[in-house]
Amino acid sequence: MGEVILPLVLLAVSLFTLHRKENLYDALISGAGDGLSTLKSIVPALVVLLTAVQMLRTSGAMEALTGLLSPVFRFLGIPPETAPLVLIRPFSGSAALAVGAEIMAAYGVDSAIGRTAAIMLGSTETTFYTISVYFGAAGVKRTRYAVPAALLADLTGFLMASITARFF
Amino acid sequence: MVMSYVWFFMVLLSVVFSLLSGEGGKLSESLLSGAQSGITLAISIAGPMCLWSGLGKAMERSGLNRVVAKLSSPLVGRLFPSARKDETTAAYLCANLCANFLGLGNAATPMGIAATKRMASLAPKGEASHEMCRLIVMNTASIQLIPANVAAVRASLGCDSSFDILPAVWVTSLCSVAVGLLAARVFQGVRKDG
Repeated sequence: MGEVILPLVLLAVSLFTLHRKENLYDALISGAGDGLSTLKSIVPALVVLLTAVQMLRTSGAMEALTGLLSPVFRFLGIPPETAPLVLIRPFSGSAALAVGAEIMAAYGVDSAIGRTAAIMLGSTETTFYTISVYFGAAGVKRTRYAVPAALLADLTGFLMASITARFF
Repeated sequence: MVMSYVWFFMVLLSVVFSLLSGEGGKLSESLLSGAQSGITLAISIAGPMCLWSGLGKAMERSGLNRVVAKLSSPLVGRLFPSARKDETTAAYLCANLCANFLGLGNAATPMGIAATKRMASLAPKGEASHEMCRLIVMNTASIQLIPANVAAVRASLGCDSSFDILPAVWVTSLCSVAVGLLAARVFQGVRKDG
């Protein structure tokens, strides 16, 4: 399923765009250019954050943090090695990407830990960032239950990522 | 500002830990290799990211995202009452949810902000309404058809089947959205104040 869906999506979108008589090639090129700008905007964050993540890993602080949190994570059924990712995910997308990539590299991209990290990255979002951007723009100060509800959804995502990594 | 403190504590912890273990030399090495790995990671996901973004542009220009948005409108009407009263809000909401679904994060945010603003004009000033909380949950729980960036990172690390996580990602996302909406429904019931 996973192996064929991408080429099929590529084909379907191309066909639909041609059918609508839009300039497919021009759209692809211009969109790819936008992708490059997006990338350019996250590269500085990746450099700065991966420096700190690598330092944490080398100094042994990452292991200590993982060890400290492992009773809680084990109780929940989440691999303790993914703790740094779980902690940073709600705050920053590029930081999560940096930490997630580092975990996948450190424990193996096809290991249970590496897969769990990838599924976590793919199925959760930067909760606090989204809330501050949306509600900030709309001038909302009393956020009521938006934060607890969104965090419960995140927690579910982390738990389910740990389970689905083993079954799929 | 949060990230400034996060970064500071990461570096502080690293320095303290390596001083305690007496391996400061390794830390300077990791500082250099860490910075370089930021660039390496960016370059290794650059190609797929540009390609996906190009495909996203084709979806936008061809109106495919509007077709998907139309399909989602019955669901949107159920979740967001003001979408039934106001066509513009409905259009923003559909566009936001379907851009997220198709992985067009950059297109999703402005639509989400526009929808939140219109819903805010119907709510008490400065207060989040129930439907605004539901929109936040739908956006932060992230239902995404193809998480292209994650797959690109996996491929860059030598994974042969970087898309085999897709079913797991879908199941996980659906569960987290369901729990988020359920939680919102429960909290709404607890605080009966409109």
